[in-house]
Amino acid sequence: MVTTGVGNAAAGAAAPETRRVVIKTTALTKVFPGRDGAALTAVDALDLEVGEGEIFGLLGPNGAGKTTTVGMLTTRVVPTSGGATVAGVDVVAEPSLAKQAIGMVSQSNNLDRALTVRENLYYHGRYFGMGPRRSREAADELLERFRLADRAGADVGTLSGGMAQRLMVARSIMHRPRVLFLDEPTAGLDPQSRLALWEILGELHDLGQTILLTTHYMEEADQLSDRVAVMDHGRLLALDTPEALKRSVAADTVVRVSADGDPALLARHFEGFDGAEVVRMVDDTTVAVEVRGSKGVLPRIVEHAEAGGFTLSDLSLTEPSLETVFINLTGKDLRE
Amino acid sequence: MSDVTVPMTDGGSRPLVELSQARPSGRAGLVAFGALTLRDLAVLRKSLTTFVIRTIMQPLLFVFVFTYVFPKVGQAVGGSGGAADFSSLLVPGVVAIACIFQGIQAVALPLVQEFGYTREIEDRVMAPLPVWAVAAQKIVSGAVQGILAAAVVFPLAILIPSSKVSLHVDWPLLLTVTPLSAVLGASLGLTIGTRAEPRQVPLVFSVIILPITFLGATYYPWARLSSIPWLKWTVLVNPLVYMSEAFRASLTPTFPHMPLVAIYAGLVGFTVALLWLGTNGFRRRVLS
Repeated sequence: MVTTGVGNAAAGAAAPETRRVVIKTTALTKVFPGRDGAALTAVDALDLEVGEGEIFGLLGPNGAGKTTTVGMLTTRVVPTSGGATVAGVDVVAEPSLAKQAIGMVSQSNNLDRALTVRENLYYHGRYFGMGPRRSREAADELLERFRLADRAGADVGTLSGGMAQRLMVARSIMHRPRVLFLDEPTAGLDPQSRLALWEILGELHDLGQTILLTTHYMEEADQLSDRVAVMDHGRLLALDTPEALKRSVAADTVVRVSADGDPALLARHFEGFDGAEVVRMVDDTTVAVEVRGSKGVLPRIVEHAEAGGFTLSDLSLTEPSLETVFINLTGKDLRE
Repeated sequence: MSDVTVPMTDGGSRPLVELSQARPSGRAGLVAFGALTLRDLAVLRKSLTTFVIRTIMQPLLFVFVFTYVFPKVGQAVGGSGGAADFSSLLVPGVVAIACIFQGIQAVALPLVQEFGYTREIEDRVMAPLPVWAVAAQKIVSGAVQGILAAAVVFPLAILIPSSKVSLHVDWPLLLTVTPLSAVLGASLGLTIGTRAEPRQVPLVFSVIILPITFLGATYYPWARLSSIPWLKWTVLVNPLVYMSEAFRASLTPTFPHMPLVAIYAGLVGFTVALLWLGTNGFRRRVLS
């Protein structure tokens, strides 16, 4: 996908356990002064290490501190205490130097509206010290790669959401940053554009690009990330591979039961179900039962419901997802 | 950078896309500064027609009505001095207005938008230079446009009047006060741009820009305000007064003007103060 300088010879050669750390935070903390004197701790003593070539997902609901964390790592938010390095550079002490190593795709469309599609890439390259010719060539190559070549001369205002997003990603890797940050990259994108972006990130990952992305979409974190950090209220709740996080849930099956009647009563009734690890209400009619041992669970569920006098209207069975992990960690739904 | 163990799901160290070699900050910053300026000039080139129109319209009409139409229709202008006098008197004023107005337009208006709903500023702030340098670059671009505006308006003020304009150009003076005035105008633009919200822009025009232009010693020499002492001393808080007087001293020294010391002190003083206010405002808007 990306331009030059990539060989594959080294792939798989180095020991898997030792990778250079390219992002490191040490007790990183940000406290915002509140309106009525009450301070808001957006990020609370965060310790993270991200290795070279990793896709690292920061997962959490809105207000969890993800954007503030990325803001501090990309030098735009000044930490209250603690520190962080990106590509070995202290982002607080030497922000200008750190910015050379950083590519950034932020939540909103911040393309340069006074410039055309191609110029957005071209001038970005120039800001980062690329010569006119090299910048022009790299811009054209990226436009081709990101299927924007036919819009090269267009005003960025005429791009669709998906195209603007692709252009922002292209711009962020134009200067070949050591670390690529994406803040909620697919929020507000249509499903097709989202898949296209996932594909792009996958290709960059294959080329060894280190990527840190924030998201509140479980599926996105699950699909893309090598490791996921689950955040809420500025704190790290869990950090592992998506698979290991899912394995950490005691249950191996999540059964959603919908029935007539009071869901609270239904939930209480299912707490007595043999093998139930966690029972929680999902909405006005549905209860989720996390069960260990999925064999023959459906007939037993039906039986148990009927024994309690409930009439089932719907039943579904899924494996635990990161959503299950999140709910078990925080007691609340990510979408809340 | 140290080698530290990081648990990974899939083994194998992948080659990087490219290890961009970090360049010394100072040099990278200078290059970025230049590239940002190139970008601004490219945008200016694209909108050259708009630039010229918005720069010349106000002075064009002003000079046309007051120094061409008025004398032709026999309307009295310019007090006791007469039409010829007034034509010459007006030259430094309109040049100063063009210069300050362009500084504000070129810096404040885009900034209000970039800080506001488009957040375009984020990309420029991520360029490898200090935040204050991004602000300084805005001022350089704005000042260049201010000088261009002054240069565009200057011939109009000489060619349009029905009577002959008499100038006595003091080059050393002109060549120092012009860049100073342009930087002052751009700094004022930075200060306004970092402190005004998009919805306040119309208010900024009526509360700041109109009083500045009308009470900026542009259509009359400051010294002649002696008959209205309270106004004479009040307008000293208006930076345009020093710009108008500076251009008056360098283009039409036969008219009364402030002492040069006061002119330079005013220009430098306001520039430093507005630079400080603007750069600080910029930092506050960009960093949290």
